[in-house]
Amino acid sequence: MSELASLDNDQPLLVADGLAKNYGRLAACRDVSFALYPGEVLAIVGESGSGKSTLLQLLSAQLAPSAGRVSYRMRDGVLRDLAELGEAERRFLFRTDWGFVHQDPAQGLRMGVSAGANVGERLMAVGWNHYGRIRDTASTWLERVEIDVGRIDDAPKTYSGGMRQRLQIARNLVTEPRLVFMDEPTGGLDVSVQARLLDLMRNLVSELGLAAIVVTHDLAVARLLSHRVMVMKGGRVIETGLTDQVLDDPREPYTQLLVSSILPP
Amino acid sequence: MNAPTYNFAYLDEQTKRMIRRAILKAIAIPGYQVPFASREMPMPYGWGTGGVQVTAAILGPEDVLKVIDQGSDDTTNAISIRKFFGKTAGVATTTSTTDATVIQTRHRIPEASLHAGQVLVYQVPIPEPLRFLEPRETETRRMHALAEYGLMHVKLYEDIARFGHIATAYAYPVKVNARYVMDPSPTPKFDNPKMDNCAALQLFGAGREKRIYAIPPYTTVVSLDFEDHPFTRYRFNAPCALCGADNSYLDEIVTDDKGGRMFVCSDTDFCEQRQAAGHHGTESAAPHKEKAHV
Ligand SMILES: Nc1ncnc2c1ncn2[C@@H]1O[C@H](COP(=O)(O)OP(=O)(O)O)[C@@H](O)[C@H]1O
Ligand SMILES: [Mg+2]
Ligand SMILES: [Zn+2]
Repeated sequence: MSELASLDNDQPLLVADGLAKNYGRLAACRDVSFALYPGEVLAIVGESGSGKSTLLQLLSAQLAPSAGRVSYRMRDGVLRDLAELGEAERRFLFRTDWGFVHQDPAQGLRMGVSAGANVGERLMAVGWNHYGRIRDTASTWLERVEIDVGRIDDAPKTYSGGMRQRLQIARNLVTEPRLVFMDEPTGGLDVSVQARLLDLMRNLVSELGLAAIVVTHDLAVARLLSHRVMVMKGGRVIETGLTDQVLDDPREPYTQLLVSSILPP
Repeated sequence: MNAPTYNFAYLDEQTKRMIRRAILKAIAIPGYQVPFASREMPMPYGWGTGGVQVTAAILGPEDVLKVIDQGSDDTTNAISIRKFFGKTAGVATTTSTTDATVIQTRHRIPEASLHAGQVLVYQVPIPEPLRFLEPRETETRRMHALAEYGLMHVKLYEDIARFGHIATAYAYPVKVNARYVMDPSPTPKFDNPKMDNCAALQLFGAGREKRIYAIPPYTTVVSLDFEDHPFTRYRFNAPCALCGADNSYLDEIVTDDKGGRMFVCSDTDFCEQRQAAGHHGTESAAPHKEKAHV
């Protein structure tokens, strides 16, 4: 933690403070507080239904909290309460300084639109108006995520699952965001495909100095990608710490069960 | 001439007031799609019930109405709408662009430049230019509200990636008054520049989709494009076979079953006026004299 904090910036990038979300009487998420630093990768782990996706949606301002708040340090250095951003500002943040990688690529991609346009969309959204430059930038990003540039005009519906995920990553990273949210990014992929994707994500995250919040029920993903882990159970964070520490030497009995793979995913 | 069984121009006064309010709002916010309570009209939707309702709401007894369909005054659709208002409003009708005070159109803007005081009413099938890539109405409304129009360029990008140029030839998207992106209805992109800084008021009515939008006179209308793929007009590279015009939008007409064809102005009024003024085409127009009403 101290090592990370000195790495880039000792000011937090994102701060969660007493976050909660209730669905009727169900507390899907309760009293979550933490700070994320620039360049830091945080994994949120826990069994299905423990509240991981709900927390991720709260953190990325896609869901309004029942209590608490999320603050984000904007590119101008000012820490802002996300609930107080106007809709236009929030949406702008979402497609420039943030990325969101969904488990289901159909949610994060336009499946019927070419790969080039999928990657170029964010650029066009921020006013790029030169076809050649948009296409060149899209090509560069396809290369970076190891997609054959010859496939640039093909729609992702013709892509394999692993390619779709890599395309989703390129589409998000093209505006050079500082923070990427990922919800089960390797879920539903074959093991060998997962390994390649994880490797790629790990390299990109470190090359770009990205901060990331990765939701996963797969501890291998957390171990490979994250610096820090939060373990959730019943909507609550029950254990948090450096990834190796938590996974090698879990304190909570629930975490011990998770680590020993006794709990079903 | 006024048929007593109808209210003037068919619609009751309350409905017309409701439509006029929508029109006024549309004029106040150029290019913005205003919802309105579209009424059943005694004709099918494909026949331009949106345009008909707009026309009905703005028509006065002194108006002179012209109705065109693909540039022609004489298609079944144009004739029946003209007859409809002749019967229900008793207004004078004309085929002359210059003489008309209200022109209802489907798929074309007349070649003769419009003048102040005229109203051009477009029949619109699909008013939402973002629909092609974003089917969710809630999302397209938000995009308009926040002027998030990157998606329009995604569509143009796809054209270039697939065909090497912007292949969109009809319903080519425009930005109105530097704010709202608008679908000009399925007019050929050849007509787009005529919308810019036009002296006439342009009103758009979509009956099935219950939307009205407008371009007030002398409003900036810009066709979307890329710096390295600028907007271009398109017409067949030929003079009109009947009147020799080399600057009008042409229809291709097949003249026989051996591949023979000729090009004639799609705007029949424009073509006839030119012929009456002594202009002639070079190709034989014999088989088409009847159709073109020479
Ligand atoms: N929109 C919703 N309405 C009602 N309950 C929900 C909703 N979304 C999630 N939940 C419930 O909240 C709990 C946490 O869900 P979720 O955050 O999706 O967990 P995870 O991502 O860890 O599997 C679950 O009990 C789930 O059924
Ligand atoms: Mg989940
Ligand atoms: Zn002609």
